[in-house]
Amino acid sequence: MIEFPIERGHIMMFARSVGDPNPIYSDPQYAKLSDIGHVIAPPTFVQASAQFDPHYSLRPRLGEPWVGSTVTSSGDVDRRSNVVDDAPRTDKGTSLHAEQHYVFNRHVVAGETLFATARPGTTWQREGRRGGTLTFTETYTDYRDASGEIAITARSVGVRTSQNVAGE
Amino acid sequence: MLLKASELHVGYFHEQIVVDRLTRTQMVQYAGASGDYNPLHTDEVYAVQMAGYPSVIAHGMLTMGMVAHMVTDFVGDGRLTEFGGRFLRPVWPGDTLSARGEVVNLWRFGDKSFVELALSAVNQDDAAVFAGRAEAIIDG
Repeated sequence: MIEFPIERGHIMMFARSVGDPNPIYSDPQYAKLSDIGHVIAPPTFVQASAQFDPHYSLRPRLGEPWVGSTVTSSGDVDRRSNVVDDAPRTDKGTSLHAEQHYVFNRHVVAGETLFATARPGTTWQREGRRGGTLTFTETYTDYRDASGEIAITARSVGVRTSQNVAGE
Repeated sequence: MLLKASELHVGYFHEQIVVDRLTRTQMVQYAGASGDYNPLHTDEVYAVQMAGYPSVIAHGMLTMGMVAHMVTDFVGDGRLTEFGGRFLRPVWPGDTLSARGEVVNLWRFGDKSFVELALSAVNQDDAAVFAGRAEAIIDG
């Protein structure tokens, strides 16, 4: 389980990053006078719970190899056996995000804390349009509030291709 | 915007440009906010020389976050009950994306009014990069 504090500054940065200037995501005075009454998080904000996942594979960690460029384009590639499993590699194709779905029981409010638990869904395969096998993996994540009620359920589908997708 | 079920009909749509010539800087902003630091999205040297792509590729979730901007502008804040979709094509730096939501269903359940939207986003070549759907509670 990941403890995910819903911080107002984090919401503001997230809303900026998707180019949404709506003051409901940043301005407490505006929010107070709105129907909702509080700064809320944008619909896809729970994705940022990755920041609070100690084992998240797509974040560099001190003292561990990373695939991003340094003096070479491949960074720590020579120690690739240890690097993040989900990072893209030319020899094994690419991992990509295929689908994302959310069910909202309510909107998320700045200042509360959510608790995320992930559970596996199904896995399936099909042939790609340009040959090669596509492997799809589904993951569900429930975001519960302090009372144990589910605020949001996310369903993510990842796909691993056996070749890169630039031409798709 | 206060969306009212009584003023809507199937086929009604809302469309807006959600990014005009996407910058690598915005992709870095999204990486920093979301926590997804995959170098494929932020490290041009890695993406081109190591992974073999023409450039860095936008996070799928950046595209979806931008589509969410259109959806919440359409239905209002805190109204969504469902939102989802599929990523159909890579989004690259320089792309301009237009997102569209079209009413495909309207119904009442108890004292609440719901709307279902078909969602799409296309790039400057009118090629689809995202397709999905959303449901929201709206005023009667």
